[in-house]
Amino acid sequence: MSYSPSAARAAKSFDPFDFLARYGTLIALVLLILFNLIFTRNFATIQTLNVNLTQVCTIVIVAVGMTLVIATGGIDLSVGSLMAISGALAPMIFLGKIIPIENIYLAVAVAMIVSVSIAGLFGLFNGWLIASFKIQPIVATLVLFIAGRGIAQVMTNGNLQTFRVPQFQFIGLGRVFGIPFQVILMVIIVLAAAWVLKRTVFGRQIIAIGGNERAAELSGVAVAKVKLLVYAISGLCAGIAGLVVIAINSSSDANQVGLGMELDAIAAVAVGGTLLSGGKATIIGTLLGAMTIQLVRYTLLANGVPDAAALVVKAGIIVLAVWIQQQGRAHA
Amino acid sequence: MTRSKLLSLLGSYGVVLALLLLILFGWLRYDYFLGFFNITSVLRYNSMFALVALGMCFVIMTGGIDLSVGSTAALGSVVAALFSPQGAWIGLGAGVGAGLCVGLVNATLVTRLKIMPFVATLATMLAASGTALLLADNQSVSVSYESGFTTLGQDNLLGFPIPAWIALAAYVVGWVVLNFTSTGRGVLAVGGNEDATRMMGLPADRIKFLVYLASGGLAGLAGVILAAQFGAGQPIEGVGWELFAIAAVVVGGTLLTGGVGSVGATLAGVLLLGILFNVLNFENGKGWISLSAYWQSVIRGLFLLIVVILQAKLSARSTAAVKEY
Repeated sequence: MSYSPSAARAAKSFDPFDFLARYGTLIALVLLILFNLIFTRNFATIQTLNVNLTQVCTIVIVAVGMTLVIATGGIDLSVGSLMAISGALAPMIFLGKIIPIENIYLAVAVAMIVSVSIAGLFGLFNGWLIASFKIQPIVATLVLFIAGRGIAQVMTNGNLQTFRVPQFQFIGLGRVFGIPFQVILMVIIVLAAAWVLKRTVFGRQIIAIGGNERAAELSGVAVAKVKLLVYAISGLCAGIAGLVVIAINSSSDANQVGLGMELDAIAAVAVGGTLLSGGKATIIGTLLGAMTIQLVRYTLLANGVPDAAALVVKAGIIVLAVWIQQQGRAHA
Repeated sequence: MTRSKLLSLLGSYGVVLALLLLILFGWLRYDYFLGFFNITSVLRYNSMFALVALGMCFVIMTGGIDLSVGSTAALGSVVAALFSPQGAWIGLGAGVGAGLCVGLVNATLVTRLKIMPFVATLATMLAASGTALLLADNQSVSVSYESGFTTLGQDNLLGFPIPAWIALAAYVVGWVVLNFTSTGRGVLAVGGNEDATRMMGLPADRIKFLVYLASGGLAGLAGVILAAQFGAGQPIEGVGWELFAIAAVVVGGTLLTGGVGSVGATLAGVLLLGILFNVLNFENGKGWISLSAYWQSVIRGLFLLIVVILQAKLSARSTAAVKEY
């Protein structure tokens, strides 16, 4: 039991928990890929890549908005319902149920812009409740979580809307140079958000609010404005994701679109290493987190494990990831 | 002073007042609203939510949250259905036991591993749902009709549904624990200021442990009633129950930040949300307006919106009142 200074220094220079907290998600992802390369048949194919990427796209798009919200110390439970609203509204417009538009390209453009903007406005409403009335985010967004899906169901009367409009469905089924369009969309959104968070004043303000709201306010950050914007962005992301989902399905079911998405997005953010209490956020981490969760599910399914068991494993991964990150912080 | 007292009274009893007004409205407007059949069916159905909300109320009073209650109830219903051929009591015990297991995991994650309640219970929500689907083989599990298990959900005792008696008993116990035991006072203390509670030597972790355990057990019990009432264990039921329970607790005036709360007001919150739906059904029956079932969630959401805005205004006023001193 002798105290050795060199050992202490070594412990300081390499802390396994800190290392895992920093690179754990990336390591997990690499290990999963290696495992699959060895054990899963037909893993190293373009098709497998496309299947996984297309399945993870909508989660990533929503999770990017969620990351910004969580970075301010908030949460957005309404994203799944907002997806349902934009997913219900868009077909009503481009199928001409509200106002007939002759030109299909114009109709699709109007449908996309209007439905995504409406989702953004609902997000703004969340932000307004949180910033003006100081209502806790979990309660404020619970309102639209409950009412939002109802609004989508009322709009469509709960009916399934089916359509075959290639001009619209390009966002879910189209390809550019062989890459699915939605993957390109996802990459653009991820890069834009990562840039905003790292390089802009707005991004630093988000982190400052999450770190210490009072201090941020005293140092002149327009807290209310930043929060409004952040929730609006989360709404916009959800609106876009809703469109992608219905484009893939060739149909829109207000009862199903985005169901449970809030939890998938929060899980991706948590596994990616963003602090759920706010003040530290990584968009790339969220991307890696979502991909890890997706790949775990794929690995289990491809090797004959039932989907229900995959849920249990997913739960274990979330807990493990958050626990490791906490240990990393405690040791730091 | 009298004005702010009046406001704080409104804050505490507003939900009871709203409930009474809604019942009065229903009684005046609809013929069979206070009829025996309607009262018993509302109570029978909402007793499950009442049990889940009671557990949630205690968790929230400690400043935590339990997102796993819905899928825990689903798991409880499946386990109870699987054990129901062995007898009603064994089915009951198994369902509650399954709920306690989930509660135990939550309690361990939150108090031992110090994982945020939101994340910990999100994970167990997924795990409980997965386990329920695995045990049930992805379909609903029929309960035994010979063993008397369905009595727990479908029969009456002294004219009232048995689930309602069970929920009432749970609320009486909850009320006594909160108001007359040291653990109950500790629950509010932990929610008010956890560090101060620790410094005063109260067993903060043990209190939190018990609260999550109880929430799991109550969710399991709700699952037993679900299985007994509908004759099947249902692995995909319970979706959104946690948010309904949170809404009921919030409508009941319990602050999500912890430290303040009332068992009775939570029950009133559950009944208010439940009866709101009931009134909507009656209104449809009248034929004046025709609101589809989808309006239900829109109206519930609007209602929650009004309540939280009122609460925010009231609490802003009361902080202002304190500052004036």
